Amino acid sequence: MPMVEVAGKSFEVDEEGYLINLADWDEGIAAYLAKEEKVELTPNHWEVINFLREYYSEYQIAPAIRVLTKAIGKKLGPDKGSNKYLYELFPYGPAKQACKIAGLPKPTGCI
Amino acid sequence: MAGPEFEVPKMSEYTEVPKIKEGAMAHAKSFPAAEASQTSLGFPWKLTDDWHDRAINRMGELLVKYRGLRVFMDACVHCGACTDKCHYFLGTADPKNMPVARQDLMRKVYRRYFTLPGKIVPWLVGAEDLTKETLDDWYSYYHQCSECRRCSVYCPYGIDTAEITMAGREILNTVGMGQKYTSEIIAKVFKIGNNLGLPGPALEDTLLGLEEDIEADTGVAVKLPLDVKGAEILLVTPSADFFSEPHVESLIGYAKVLHAAGASWTFSSYASEAGNFGLFNGNYETMRKVAMRIRDAALELGVKRIIVGECGHAWRIAYAFWNTLTGLGYGGNDPFSIELQKQLDPRYKQPSHICEYTWDLIQRGVLKFDKSLNDDRVITFHDSCNVARGSRMGDEPGGQFTIPRNIIRAVANNFHDMAPETIGEATFCCGGGAGILTDDLMEVRVKGALPRMNAYNAVAQEKGVNFMALICAICKAQFTKVVPYYGFDMSQIGGVHQLVSTAIKLEQD
Repeated sequence: MPMVEVAGKSFEVDEEGYLINLADWDEGIAAYLAKEEKVELTPNHWEVINFLREYYSEYQIAPAIRVLTKAIGKKLGPDKGSNKYLYELFPYGPAKQACKIAGLPKPTGCI
Repeated sequence: MAGPEFEVPKMSEYTEVPKIKEGAMAHAKSFPAAEASQTSLGFPWKLTDDWHDRAINRMGELLVKYRGLRVFMDACVHCGACTDKCHYFLGTADPKNMPVARQDLMRKVYRRYFTLPGKIVPWLVGAEDLTKETLDDWYSYYHQCSECRRCSVYCPYGIDTAEITMAGREILNTVGMGQKYTSEIIAKVFKIGNNLGLPGPALEDTLLGLEEDIEADTGVAVKLPLDVKGAEILLVTPSADFFSEPHVESLIGYAKVLHAAGASWTFSSYASEAGNFGLFNGNYETMRKVAMRIRDAALELGVKRIIVGECGHAWRIAYAFWNTLTGLGYGGNDPFSIELQKQLDPRYKQPSHICEYTWDLIQRGVLKFDKSLNDDRVITFHDSCNVARGSRMGDEPGGQFTIPRNIIRAVANNFHDMAPETIGEATFCCGGGAGILTDDLMEVRVKGALPRMNAYNAVAQEKGVNFMALICAICKAQFTKVVPYYGFDMSQIGGVHQLVSTAIKLEQD
């Protein structure tokens, strides 16, 4: 598997750039992955990323889209609690792109 | 996720047969499966040293086990009827995506090793040795077939291309050339119980959240029960329904229908997946192992009835394969089948499709709708290939075409079909079926969607259609990702039960 080097630390990633080891993740690699995805991280992006990581550590899976939109609506206001807003933050889709930046495995299935 | 750049085909009024471009899609290579998932499936994960003999041996076994495969290898007369029927050929112009040419990648090897003329005078009969280059071609082009079987409808001999693709993928797996996407997903089903890898506690949390949403939205406490022993109905649905938009809207629709009918029902955390990717990689043991989870859950929960949610290939497997795989269905007279049959209620079709269930309730006047709530939508219906060409619904021939449309007409005022040569039995695949629904094949997916996009665009222009209703999780995921390439918004894609959900009137508790 390929390696990427960020701030003197090396990270193993898969063919699509997802982190192999969840525990390796730090804010430096998140910023690097976001740049690769052409996503400029704002505090609202970080709310999503942090929620994804919290949820994952509890349930070993990324949250379902409804769970995510509801949680973000509670944190950032009801107008932000929508699939549409999440797509504004992560244009390739919150499930895949936000998970990648958060260092989670890629959700796959019929999605 | 910046994928490789490619040119999005231009839409046209009709889908025209393109001028061929040799090798146009030879570069399309899905990511290879890695050690962990392949080991779980019982396959090697890198090319074995004895790949040549292993491949030929496996082909020999498959030719005996699936006699249809041998007939399909022998019967083709190269008449060409299939050449312009494949959405991947129409969208990519690569001649190896003509169904006959894709089949011939295997047929030339079959002739060399399994027919007398091919053994003696290979150059006279188009027979060729199996080489690593041929295997690479198989890997590329057998992952540019969505096993949709449209070509088979037009083949005068009824050659089923899907069976050849499945055999090709099975042989590739046998020599260590598995595909990452399907391999990882099947491994997750073995380990966790569904394609997404959604563990029981996450599923429970998700369902509780949805109950809150529905109650906040409607004022009615609609439940999404999980693992209820003694429930009458087990609902098995693709796990994407729990996870994704727009899938979840249909899930809410099922729950509202079951609530309005006063049904006793449950999901199962053990059988939390209707889909079965064993159909896609062509491995019978995998298909059976995945399907057995549903039998085991049904026995464990003691249900009387099994209903399948909106999932195309799941319904084909449920309708056509569950009886022999799991004893769930008709015709079984052996102890294995009888054990389940004596538990299930013989008054109902086993299994039933959620559309059959809903349509029955509509006909009996059990469900009430306010159709005007769907008035912002002008709707068309995309027939999903495995439902259209691999199954049926109801008691009449063609019920799989009429029942979903009848439901839409019962819950909405504006409906228009797409052109007849693109729907029903002749439906075009969404472009993402059978293991193609992966980001590493995005070019194949976008180009393969062209014929459907042309047909959708035509009704969008002429009739103002702005919503394509579906009953397949793969189609929903594929279209929401792909329609923006053609200038449509992803919100134009959704489920039939999403429309039901919008219009259904629930009585306040």
